[in-house]
Amino acid sequence: MDRPSNWRQEAVEIPREELLRPGHPACPGCGAAPSMRLALKALGPKTMVVIPASCWSVIAGAHPNFSLEVPLLHTPFLSGAAAAAGLKAALEAQGDRETLVMAWAGDGGTYDIGFQGLSGAAERRTDMLYVCYDNEAYMNTGGQRSSATPVGTRTGTTPGGKPEEKKDLLNIMVAHGVSYVATATLAYPQDFLTKFKKAREKRGFRFIHLLSPCPTGWGFPEEKTVTIARMAVESGAYRLMEWDGEEWYTTRQPSFRVKVEDYLQAQTRFAHLTGQELQEIAKQTAAYWEKVSRKE
Amino acid sequence: MVEKQLMLGSEALALGVKLCRPQVIAAYPITPQTHIVECLAQMVEKGELSPCRLVTVESELSSISLVLGASAGGARVFTATASQGLALMHEILHWVAGMRFPVVLANANRALGGPWILYMDQADSLSQRDTGWIQLYCASAQEALDMVPMAYRIAETHLLPVMVIMDGFWISHTMEPVEAPSQEAIDAFLPPRCDELKLDLDNPQALGAPSPSDTFYQIKREIQEEMERVLEAFPQYAQEYNQLTSRSYRLVEHWFMEDAQIALVGLGGITGTARYTAQRLREKGIKAGVVFPRSLRPFPGQEMRRLLKEVELVLVMNRALSPGMGGQLTQEIQSTLYGLPRVPQVTDWMAGLGGIDPTPWAIGEAVNRALKGERKIWTDRPIGAKRL
Repeated sequence: MDRPSNWRQEAVEIPREELLRPGHPACPGCGAAPSMRLALKALGPKTMVVIPASCWSVIAGAHPNFSLEVPLLHTPFLSGAAAAAGLKAALEAQGDRETLVMAWAGDGGTYDIGFQGLSGAAERRTDMLYVCYDNEAYMNTGGQRSSATPVGTRTGTTPGGKPEEKKDLLNIMVAHGVSYVATATLAYPQDFLTKFKKAREKRGFRFIHLLSPCPTGWGFPEEKTVTIARMAVESGAYRLMEWDGEEWYTTRQPSFRVKVEDYLQAQTRFAHLTGQELQEIAKQTAAYWEKVSRKE
Repeated sequence: MVEKQLMLGSEALALGVKLCRPQVIAAYPITPQTHIVECLAQMVEKGELSPCRLVTVESELSSISLVLGASAGGARVFTATASQGLALMHEILHWVAGMRFPVVLANANRALGGPWILYMDQADSLSQRDTGWIQLYCASAQEALDMVPMAYRIAETHLLPVMVIMDGFWISHTMEPVEAPSQEAIDAFLPPRCDELKLDLDNPQALGAPSPSDTFYQIKREIQEEMERVLEAFPQYAQEYNQLTSRSYRLVEHWFMEDAQIALVGLGGITGTARYTAQRLREKGIKAGVVFPRSLRPFPGQEMRRLLKEVELVLVMNRALSPGMGGQLTQEIQSTLYGLPRVPQVTDWMAGLGGIDPTPWAIGEAVNRALKGERKIWTDRPIGAKRL
């Protein structure tokens, strides 16, 4: 192994330049807005953004308001990846190879309705960055199940809890043979920025998955967004990792000082789970990390 | 003398695209359009379209989404489809038009299943009538070529998307002599795309943001008004094109209408058969003429009324059905003629669906029945493509 599993990232300076304007209409405590702020800090102003239907269709501002300092194309729900690929082709045909095109979609627009376009753009090795900010349900319509919703979650369309596991999209993206796949969350800005900077420098299709806590959808106080994201990582429920072409590397080893049950019980979307069900999820998480540690 | 080459309708259309110097093409196969994107792929492979990017996408949803994004990047874009493919694009067709992107799309008319049907009718394009796209119909391979530069000229001048539509198989897969205009002629007719409707790093804006109702209402009103300006400007574009290429295109094509008592009205290839039939009918003393609105949207109502107001009978040759109402083209004609001091008899003839071929004999029979006063006609023994 080239690097230890708990390798330390070098401290990254957080650029001062703000490309997300204040006063945007995101809900208080929304994880998706500060995620965009961090992402654009790393990517810089030579970025064009394509956003399919999602909470971000609203956060970017209703006409004539606009919360970004970079150009943005809004598209229908399933069009994100293909429209971004078209935008990139247009720039290339006009001699611009420098501008980064970033598709920025929620989990519904990525895992479900936008999946075909995502797979096509990835398979064609389109020179672009695709970011999925995953709040684990269709939050813009009030919280309904997507294939990114974790097992057991209560949503508007799974009132008894979702029976199925979350789709393993990250390995599906790896199987496409893309240039870069990573996960990140706003609770760890150094890790977050490092990955976006890396993605900015690479060519070909890059995919970043963001865990994006949603206070209204997940059921936690709006000042706890960073805490919840941190609990997800430290309990091992969400793994910060990176695919370098051959292996998954954990970019931040969880302390496990937070129990998975505590992470789940801090959110009302899991409030209906019995002690046994909570334990079952914790057991699966432990088994996953057991496998990871054997590999790393 | 200008040399003519024998080529398929789809090849002629692809040649028209090439002459317009597209910058991004989205390619996805579907019968009977596939030849168009194959031809273009070969041109790209040979370097004839450089620096054009041809992207082979994974569905029509992605082909139309891709040209949407590319158009937002300022490029001249093209894609082609047919039938199920056009139906699949429906949601994005609205989006492209609402955003005023000057996209040009070719459609080779084919029926919509189910059951499975490969043959020609116009249900696919007529079903997209209300999406905000201009629709230009073609009745020959030559027209399939010539309507592409016309489409880009209109699209980029008026910021409205345009469909160039030809009969699947009967034009797309039929070889005809075609006269290609020179590159110089097309370059003179069609300057590079130069509108400002594109993403710009120096002036960051959002395209397509959620809009308040009054803005949305205004956007739709502007589209309607722009459609009306297209009708006004079409004769000028046609005249310029005709001068550069020695053609004779008009907003509404018509033949033998000077003294006609019967007007045969249709879209696309059927008007060729109708012209032949009109001549045979005239030999028998029946004064028939033919009317072909080149553009279904915007609909040239004024010119149609001028041509049809004096006739006794309008026989509408429909190739698309609105079940529960009747022929789709009939509805257009009837609403156009409504309110004339003397409205001619309008007969709704279901001339052909799913590859039923309206032969001169079938047109003659429909004329006879309409002359006896029939208002709705289905052909009793329609002739079409053989069973598989």
